[in-house]
Amino acid sequence: MFTRMCAMFIPVTMELLDGFWETLKVFLLTLVCALPLGLIVSFGSMSKFTPLKALVKCFVWVIRGTPLMLQLIIIFYGPGLLFDLPAMPRFTATIIAFSINYACYFSEIYRGGIESISKGQYEAGQVLGLTKGQIFFRIVLPQVVKRIMAPMSNEVITLVKDTSLARIISVYEIIWAGESFIKKGLLWPLFYTGAFYLLFNGVLTLLFGRIEKKLNYYRG
Amino acid sequence: MALLEVKNIKKDFGKVQVLKGVSFSLEKGQVLAIIGSSGSGKTTLLRCLNFLETPDEGEIIVDGKQLFAAGTKYTDDQIRENRLHFGLVFQNFNLFPQYNVLKNVTLAPTLLQKGTPEELDALGKRLLEQMGLSNKINAYPCELSGGQQQRVAIARAWAMHPEVLCFDEPTSALDPELTGEVLRVIKGLKGEDRTMIVVTHEMDFAKSVADVVIYMADGVIEEIGTPEEIFEHPKSEKTRAFLHGFQEAF
Repeated sequence: MFTRMCAMFIPVTMELLDGFWETLKVFLLTLVCALPLGLIVSFGSMSKFTPLKALVKCFVWVIRGTPLMLQLIIIFYGPGLLFDLPAMPRFTATIIAFSINYACYFSEIYRGGIESISKGQYEAGQVLGLTKGQIFFRIVLPQVVKRIMAPMSNEVITLVKDTSLARIISVYEIIWAGESFIKKGLLWPLFYTGAFYLLFNGVLTLLFGRIEKKLNYYRG
Repeated sequence: MALLEVKNIKKDFGKVQVLKGVSFSLEKGQVLAIIGSSGSGKTTLLRCLNFLETPDEGEIIVDGKQLFAAGTKYTDDQIRENRLHFGLVFQNFNLFPQYNVLKNVTLAPTLLQKGTPEELDALGKRLLEQMGLSNKINAYPCELSGGQQQRVAIARAWAMHPEVLCFDEPTSALDPELTGEVLRVIKGLKGEDRTMIVVTHEMDFAKSVADVVIYMADGVIEEIGTPEEIFEHPKSEKTRAFLHGFQEAF
């Protein structure tokens, strides 16, 4: 059995790397979309225009209150079943579902960070004659980024593992790749996928640690 | 003609009337000290001048130009333009923690394109030198004492060349041994045609620096006059009681 495992090790690793590349694509594209989208959602949830605020809060409640797996199914099958629309590519549906879901989680982290900045920082910018945009992007946001690093690293690491949910709508990724070996009588490749997640999350943990250290040049 | 004319400013916060009709004028180059107990409306008055609060009634005129008249709707850009006539130094500094001292001073003029980067860099360094902070330009606010932070805040406000620079209890958040350095810097700014309004509890400072002193009580100007008039020969019973209370405390 051990010799068979050794013989299969390289082809299995190659196959899993293929799957992991798909996992990485879902992860990276979701981050690229959800990070800015989350900021927009957080603006909505802090809006002084009550109907918008209520609508956004309700939306965040629905997204955070239901399983991502169900959201994937609804976004992929929903448009076809409800409106007879042609099915969109599975990968696109995955990115949409993940981006919306993560944007809602990110939005609450952003909101917490933004609301933790003292009123005095805004007022200091105002009396200097800065525009709202300048105050937000040059004074507030840099301080928010520092404050939200720890909760953000949590979410980002969770996202790496959540990508495995995409297989519910038949998107190929690393768990799928590992599972496909079961039909060939090999169980260990599925366990082996854990090493990929662990390694990648280790890299992310180190990266977040470095960013936090880098932002530690000031207090406040 | 007066540089600053404030006419009948009123401001309510809910049911509480904080300013009940405040009027005064100030000549160019004059220093006005505003004294009075907490809750008398001093800070709210400064915040109205800097458009951080919108008065319910009244007018604000700078250099003959009406900047604010109650009832008129102002756009964000108009308010922003109007603010540039005034500067404000806060009680608790409100420096930008993520930027070093020089950047704190040059950020606003840079973003508002008040000069080339070289010019603004030189301006920032000159102002900080005047504040006695030449050796701290690369430090971050968290590395400075309260007195040093407040001096950076003064340089930051001054870098925008406001026509009227306001100070909201600039030494109240400082340890007693640090108030001197900040008051000396403010005193040093007097002259050179700099018009300033200082809300303060430092009576000796008000006496020695101010050209005009206002004593505020319950949202109105109880008494206005020269330092000599207010401190030596107060007319109002309330002013006398307030100053007496101060003397007794020490």
